[in-house]
Amino acid sequence: MPMLALLSDYTVQNVAIGAVLLGVVSGMLGSFAVLRQQSLLGDTLAHAALPGVCIGFLIAGTRDLGWIMAGALVTSVLAALFVLALTRRTRIKTDAALGTALGLTFAAGVVLLTWIQGQSNASQGGLDTFLFGQAAATLRSDLWIMGGVTLIAVALVLCCWKQFKLVTFDPEFAGASGLPVALLEGVLTAMIALAVVVGLQMVGVVLMTSMVIAPAVAARQWAKRLEGMVVLAMGVGIVAGLSGALISASARNLATGPLIVLAATAIVLLSILFAPGRGVLWEQIRRWHDRGTIGQRQMLSTLYKLAAHHRDPEYPAEAGMLDGLYGVRTQGILRRLEQRGLVEAVEHMPGEGHHWTLTPAGREEAERVLASVSPETP
Amino acid sequence: MMLEAFFGNSALMIVMTGALVGIAGSLVGTFLVLRRNAMLSDAISHSIVLGIVVVWLLTHAQSGPIQIIGAALTGLLTVFLTELIASTRRVKTDAAIGLVFPALFAAGVLLLNLYARDVHIDEHTVLLGEIGFIWLDTIAIGGYEVPQAIVWMSVVALANAAFVIVFFKELKLSTFDPQLAAALGFAPTVLFYALLALTSTTAVAAFDAVGAVLFVAFVIVPPTAAYLLTDRLAPMLLLACAIAILSSISGYQVALWLDVSIGGMMALMTGAFLGLALLFGPRHGWIAQEWRRLGERHMEAARTLVVHLYQHENTGRAEVENAVPALERHLGWNAARAQAILARSRKNGFVLQEGRMLYLTHKGRETARSLIEPWAPAR
Repeated sequence: MPMLALLSDYTVQNVAIGAVLLGVVSGMLGSFAVLRQQSLLGDTLAHAALPGVCIGFLIAGTRDLGWIMAGALVTSVLAALFVLALTRRTRIKTDAALGTALGLTFAAGVVLLTWIQGQSNASQGGLDTFLFGQAAATLRSDLWIMGGVTLIAVALVLCCWKQFKLVTFDPEFAGASGLPVALLEGVLTAMIALAVVVGLQMVGVVLMTSMVIAPAVAARQWAKRLEGMVVLAMGVGIVAGLSGALISASARNLATGPLIVLAATAIVLLSILFAPGRGVLWEQIRRWHDRGTIGQRQMLSTLYKLAAHHRDPEYPAEAGMLDGLYGVRTQGILRRLEQRGLVEAVEHMPGEGHHWTLTPAGREEAERVLASVSPETP
Repeated sequence: MMLEAFFGNSALMIVMTGALVGIAGSLVGTFLVLRRNAMLSDAISHSIVLGIVVVWLLTHAQSGPIQIIGAALTGLLTVFLTELIASTRRVKTDAAIGLVFPALFAAGVLLLNLYARDVHIDEHTVLLGEIGFIWLDTIAIGGYEVPQAIVWMSVVALANAAFVIVFFKELKLSTFDPQLAAALGFAPTVLFYALLALTSTTAVAAFDAVGAVLFVAFVIVPPTAAYLLTDRLAPMLLLACAIAILSSISGYQVALWLDVSIGGMMALMTGAFLGLALLFGPRHGWIAQEWRRLGERHMEAARTLVVHLYQHENTGRAEVENAVPALERHLGWNAARAQAILARSRKNGFVLQEGRMLYLTHKGRETARSLIEPWAPAR
């Protein structure tokens, strides 16, 4: 199908708008979650949406996204409060509290799901799609609700931008300057649940954790400031959401959630490897380069000091002796220095092996190196 | 024939499968919870889905050792990849966990979608398990048709139990004091990876019965509940196993009654036992804590009373201060509170009452003195 026809298709339009909304809300709220080291809370809150989906369905009597999202929001927030209560009021540690809440809420969801199916309700079939998401089933009316939630989230973040920023980076200082830290942290945590419910239709409850984490982690590699990180994370979320959703909508029987997650993960990997400055690849290259230059700088200063010690600027240092001094083969380093015109091979006496001596340019370079290492030596 | 009745009883078989999942899970889960790595079980149980699908597509082994070992390797791969990503220092460990397992899981689900016709499981089973259908896949042992799930769960549970018993001392030390364990040459890292390998094999063996996500409840919730009941390792392991067994039995009953998912109900019942532990735990339960807090409040009031009496004993104001009305006027207690505190202090032998006058006993006076002059020797 040509691109234009693809874009004018009703389903494709819906899917694309949904993906954009998902990207905006998950990128924005995920940035705060990742920076506050609450990544795995997203996992728990996402799974905790399942019983809410079922309860919303039971209240509405049909597969009405508004009620389902409301139910999911309530159970997600309750799960967050449960985790908080367990860690604050008992000796249970965070990881066990997260796992407990995740396992139990999901079990409750499974029980409710099978209970609804047992009621032989004709319209129950649609609930399964909330496990892995089904972008193609998105309706225009669903988008209005998702858009509304996204709008609320964006408005909240814009209103409290400074406060959220301070609480994220320096909660102690925020508290000292009189901000209601506990309340703000509670709101930020509850907002992860907002991201989860927007993702229900597109990604589903099981994989939504990835949409909270991956765009934020990818954006973190490129951005140095929170503003940039949040905007980039939205962008990554939109790109991942669009590519996953469009593939899923065009191919039959491919769940949307996994495709979106794999797209987002691919962007994360590329970012970790190639992001300018922070990329692992650049660091590796820099390290290789440094390893070479450090060896060369060391060799220059060694030769210079030997020459100074022997009061002979053109003192020929024996190759085997240099190998012994460094404990490794030094020929590679010396060859590279020779290419740069800083040392030259000399024949000291016949049959005594290779000798190396500094060229005038090498002496200048060695003096620069020594001066940069310890400025006080003349 | 006894054995025939045993293996022929499908209810018993289902309950036993659930109990075995819970026991095997609790044995490893206890250490994960104590080491604060509980969420690794979540990561592992999700990502083995990829391993199960890949092994199935390659070998068509539906269960058995190849399936278990092959898929368990994916579990270890998850941990390895997580540590690899975290070691770049570009991503925090918790975010790294949350990046790796959804990706592997997503790949597994997509393979399921693509090869749906060839694979014996669908995405529904992946998440929910089908403990009621363990009879679809049986194996003949000594002339009896036994569900495969039971056979492999038993093997895994026994392996976990053997591991815990044989390495009990080493596990205990490396859980509570990894530095000392390393210094003594117990290789805590190797033990940890062995633990994760066993968690993976358990997840794979339990997969057909309870799926990828419910497994997390079986691994984490019983040890967490047991953690509220005891401060010792061996009792914690046993209590966790007991909770797992009870959850399996009660979950089966309730599931039949409500006609809902058996595996889901079993997992949910572990939560009921956690609730009981939260309420009634002997030292860490809510009631015990409130009781202790109440006792401390009472003790605090009694201390206030004896110090007040001690300060005014043998002074000119004793007539006014060391009398019942002064408790309301000077200590700010209302009448009922003053009466209750007085009654309790009399019963504890701190105070004597004669008419409206109050006198300290020897015990009461020593208590007051030790509070005011903690450095002075007892008389």
